[in-house]
Amino acid sequence: MIDKTMFLEIINKIADNIILNKDLLNELDMAIGDSDHGSNMARGFSEVKKKLETLKDSDYQTILKTIAMTLISTVGGASGPLYGTAFLKASSVVGDREVLDSNDLIKIYEVVIDGIKQRGKSDKGDKTMLDCIIPAYEAFKSSVESGKDLKEASKQAEQAATEGVEYTKTIKALKGRASFLGDRSIGHQDPGATSSHIIIKTISDIVNN
Amino acid sequence: MKKIINSTEEIVNEMLDGIVKAHPEHVKRVEGTSVLKRVNSPIQGKVALISGGGSGHEPSHAGFVGKGMLDAAVAGEVFTSPTPDQVFEAIKAVGSDAGVLLVIKNYSGDVMNFEMAAEMAEMEDIKVEKVIVNDDVAVENSTYTTGRRGVAGTIFVHKIAGAAAEEGRSLEEVQKIAQKVVDNTRTMGMSLGACTVPAVGKPSFTLAEDEIEMGLGIHGEPGTHKEKISSADELTEYMLGKIIQDMPIEKGEEVGVIVNGLGATPLMELYIVNRKLHSLLEEKEIKINKTLIGNYMTSLEMPGFSISVIKLDEELKGLLNAKADTPAFKEI
Repeated sequence: MIDKTMFLEIINKIADNIILNKDLLNELDMAIGDSDHGSNMARGFSEVKKKLETLKDSDYQTILKTIAMTLISTVGGASGPLYGTAFLKASSVVGDREVLDSNDLIKIYEVVIDGIKQRGKSDKGDKTMLDCIIPAYEAFKSSVESGKDLKEASKQAEQAATEGVEYTKTIKALKGRASFLGDRSIGHQDPGATSSHIIIKTISDIVNN
Repeated sequence: MKKIINSTEEIVNEMLDGIVKAHPEHVKRVEGTSVLKRVNSPIQGKVALISGGGSGHEPSHAGFVGKGMLDAAVAGEVFTSPTPDQVFEAIKAVGSDAGVLLVIKNYSGDVMNFEMAAEMAEMEDIKVEKVIVNDDVAVENSTYTTGRRGVAGTIFVHKIAGAAAEEGRSLEEVQKIAQKVVDNTRTMGMSLGACTVPAVGKPSFTLAEDEIEMGLGIHGEPGTHKEKISSADELTEYMLGKIIQDMPIEKGEEVGVIVNGLGATPLMELYIVNRKLHSLLEEKEIKINKTLIGNYMTSLEMPGFSISVIKLDEELKGLLNAKADTPAFKEI
């Protein structure tokens, strides 16, 4: 179970980890994009951190929606609309829950994936964040279905996300600026998949701590 | 990194203030936003043209705000598309009863943010259409990729669709003409070296002393390949060849060309390129109706250039040569 305190801790830690990995994300983006993924994400999540203070007593929907709008209005680039849409979609399925359980997370994964697919007109195998998020979702869901608890399912999701990020090194980019490189994008790790991995890993680390 | 700046956070804000102070007769700032709008806008009965994108491409896009071109330009962070709320502010600031046309360069970020803004506008019953510019022949165009990038050929869209809007044509007609420009425009670029995005602090790529990057994008993203540097004439011939290979131009047809500097290439070198470009086209008996030369769509301090060619018919010719008065483009 994830209660409000843990949830806010997760968001806060996601923001910290994104900011901490700013240079790494920029460097990955330098190889196949225009080297600003880290700067943009760090700018957005710094703003999110400022907003968190005021959200302590809000419901999940309000928190997630505020994060979404903050990212949409501060990140820019492709990551702003994509992560913004993801958080906005997530806000729509949690209602006014007191705590979030594994089934809520499955629902969140599903609407997040749908939202990103629609906004980015992309799918698994295009060398995007979806190559990290979709395997994580599948691993999480099958863990839960086979009776594993939230902690174990989150670990499995993180493991699949790690493999997903590795997989992006082997494929050609079909979306975003990296797609302009064609075959030359092969061999490089996708920065968007990497930032998604940071988010999924943070969730796993905190629920397992 | 050596840059004449105060802080990386304030670059766009301070630049916009500087532009307004330089050109108060043309542009003013929409308070609290990164939008520059035409001083007398909104103009009722006239379709409003809005473009924008990451900063660092100056004079694009703010330099083309004014009579006969854009009604507003939205500035994002350096090389980062502006956010939807900023684009929406522009739509609200200049949108008239005749509607709004968004001119978007084909980058996923630009497309997504402008589309989200269009969705917001639709919710408020503002008529918005869009055109996506994808003139760069350096990158593969396939249904499986994001498609081609929008680069310096965008200036032809601003000019020609801007003139059509100024004539009072309908939103549908202005969009149609903008699409016609896109369909008939091709660009190819190259660079001699990298640029440094201030927030990153390091050059975007490295090239050996005698190496060039062929077909690179306006954000310093890699091109098609690296090669040894050759003469201005050889480069020009190769690049025009790529354009014509993609969009055949028949003997007797007329074109407009842009020899665009990427920020650090002197006009001297652009004129040398232009000399060869003209002689190559003349050999093929292709008439040049208009030559634009200089910095139109730059990439910070990148040394290099691009060649854009637009195939013209009578309608496009008339609009290309129609009057315009903006900070970076004047047609008297």
